[in-house]
Formats: sequence, structure tokens, C-alpha cells
Amino acid sequence: MLEGLLGSLRQVGAMTLEIAEGIGAVLVFLVLTLRHSATSFRRFSLTIREMFYSGVMSLIIILVSGLFVGMVLGLQGYETLQTYGSAESVGTLVALSLTRELGPVVSALLFASRAGSAITAEIGLMKATEQLSAMEMMAINPIARVIGPRFWGGFLAMPLLSAMFTAMGVLGGYVIAVIVIGVDSGAFWSQMQGAVDVMHDVVNSMIKSAVFGLAVSAIATYQGYAAAPTAEGVSGATTRTVVSSSLAILALDLVLTAIMFKG
Amino acid sequence: MNRATLNLWVGIFVVAGFVAILFLTFKVGSISGANLGDSYKVTAHFDNIGGLKVKAPVKSSGVLVGRVSAIRFDTKKYDALVTMQLDRRIPFSTDTTASVLTSGILGEQYVGLDTGGESDNLKEGSEITHTQGALVLEKLIGQFFISKSQEAPDAGRK
Repeated sequence: MLEGLLGSLRQVGAMTLEIAEGIGAVLVFLVLTLRHSATSFRRFSLTIREMFYSGVMSLIIILVSGLFVGMVLGLQGYETLQTYGSAESVGTLVALSLTRELGPVVSALLFASRAGSAITAEIGLMKATEQLSAMEMMAINPIARVIGPRFWGGFLAMPLLSAMFTAMGVLGGYVIAVIVIGVDSGAFWSQMQGAVDVMHDVVNSMIKSAVFGLAVSAIATYQGYAAAPTAEGVSGATTRTVVSSSLAILALDLVLTAIMFKG
Repeated sequence: MNRATLNLWVGIFVVAGFVAILFLTFKVGSISGANLGDSYKVTAHFDNIGGLKVKAPVKSSGVLVGRVSAIRFDTKKYDALVTMQLDRRIPFSTDTTASVLTSGILGEQYVGLDTGGESDNLKEGSEITHTQGALVLEKLIGQFFISKSQEAPDAGRK
């Protein structure tokens, strides 16, 4: 009885330590990446290449998802607001929920599964095929040459992707509310402009997406670099990237929302 | 993929991102506070401000003329001291009346200004002396009942 209780307590303790260790390892790796990121800027073409793979390649999924999310918000918002006789506020609802929450969070989740997993798989495979060791043999620091550009590419691409997602969402809401349902176009935009404050909503949205971009890029590069150099190791690392990035995004979102929108 | 195509795509990506940010800034949102760069500050005491918040609009005849910049409790007079930033291009006379009003039935609260007849205008730091606080529903109902109960004996006699 007592032994069983101690056993489960031990398990809880081990899990907690494991999580703390994981966060600590990612943070240490992040600091290491930042210290070796001079190469990413001196040879900016490397970063541009990674921005292409994590940013441009994610464009389709981000734009299409943004459009659909905005359309769904327009439909659902109209259904609810119509019962209160304030269907014109649907623009406000769509724009505020997209800029404050859905834009940064959903685009970061998509980014983690589209670009984050690719970064991890690529780095993991480079490690498994000993390309990273080969670089070290040639006195090239793999963190500066491989990790840094991928980290910065993802970090710089994320806020832009989030802004595009939000803009597409607002356009999707406009299509549904104004063109399909027939809400007045002037009221749609003016109520939206009255409610969305640039400093309070748009800038905070950008800050959020930058933080998410940092978290996803750091986790993705770390998982790839720390992956066991086997087929299973790489596949496990890819899964872990998506899972822990998603959890990190949602946890950070709660903290950031509490700081930004407490009043 | 060669360098030029790659650069082109990333260029398109970055430009599209900034276009989206500009769209969010100017079409979706509006810059509040920043457009009142040239303003003057006036204060007003209210017995009750209801649900008035900082950054609430100050309107005259329904037109936005300024914003509430600070609200604090005045411990000397024991009422609310509201500081407002008004557009410098719009002068108001010294006997302007300020009242806390509500837009619509459930709308946000704002400060309404009605200009008076004085020839002197409000300056930076001057105080609006004619004020009317927010209407509190409970007090209104209370007053209604009091006036009804005072009426009632007279009405019975007639």
C-alpha cells in the first residue's frame, strides 16, 4: 500500500523533473543558438533560404486556413449576434478574436506542424547521416551554420505569417458577412475600426506571434539537434516537436493574454 | 532552386507580410490617442462617472473632439476628477457643460460637451465647472418612488 503510494509519487516526481529538464535544455540550447547567430546575419542568404522553406512554403496552408477560420467566425458570429439585433458587430467580433487570439495562436500551431516538424526532421536526418559531425570535422560549427539560420528564418517568418493569417481571416469574415449575408459594408468596417486599437490589439498580436515564433523555432531546432541518430529517433523527435510546441504555444498564450488584456 | 528565385519568393513573402500588417493597422484598426497629438488638457469634477473609462471618447454633438486621459478620485472634494485631452483646433467656451452620457442603451460611456455663451475659451489646464454626472438607474428609480409617494396623498385628497 505504502510502497504503491511511494511508487506513484516517485513517478510524479520523475515526470516533473523530466519536464523541467526538457524546458531547461531548450533554453540552454536557445542561448547557445543566440550566441552563435552572427553567421545567420553575416551570411544572410542562409537565413533567407530558411525563410523560404519555413515561411513561403507555409503560405498556402496559412492563407487558406485564415480564410476559412474568418468565414466560420463570420457565420457563427452572425448567427449569435443576429438574435441580439446587432448583426453589424460581426466585423468587430471577427477582427477582435482574430487579432487578439486566433491569428497568432492558430497560425503558430499550423507553423509548428508545417515548418517546425520539417526543421526537426531535416536536422535530425542530418545528424543521423553524420553530416553534422562531418561539419565539425571541417571546423564548421553546426550550430552557427545549420541551427542558427533555421532558428532565425522561423522566428522572422512567424509574425508575417500571423499577420497574413489575420488579414485573410478578416477578409473571410467580410466575404461571409457582407457579400453572402448582406450586412452593411460601412457598418462592418467602421464598427471594426472603432473597436480594434492598433497599440492594444495589433501590436500585441505581433508580439504574441513573435514569442510563439521564438518558442517553436527553439523547440524545433533543439529536438532535431538532440534527436537520437536513428530512424525512430528522428520520427520521435518530429512528434515531440509538434506536441511540445503546441503545448508551449497555448501555455505562453495564456501568460501573454493575462499580461496584455487584464483590464 | 537557384538563388534569384529564392530571393524573389522571400521578397514576395516579406512584402505580403508587411501589406497584411498595414491592412491590420489602417483598415481593421484605428490609431487612437496618436491622432490627438496637438491637444490641450482640461479637467472636470463629476459626482459620479458611472462606467467611464480612460481613453473613452469626448464628443460634442456626437463628433469626437478628444479623449479621457485620466480618471482619479479627488480626496478633497470626494468626487471623481476626470482629465480630458481635447483637440487644439476646437475651442470651447469657459462655461461649457460636460456630462457623462451613454451611447445607445447598452453602449459605452463618453463625455459630452455642450459649449456655452462666454467669449473666453478653455485653455490648457482649465477646469470645466458645469458638469453633470452619469445617471444611476437605482437612484433614478428611488427618486421616482419618492416623488410618487409624496404625490400620492395629494392625489387621494383630490
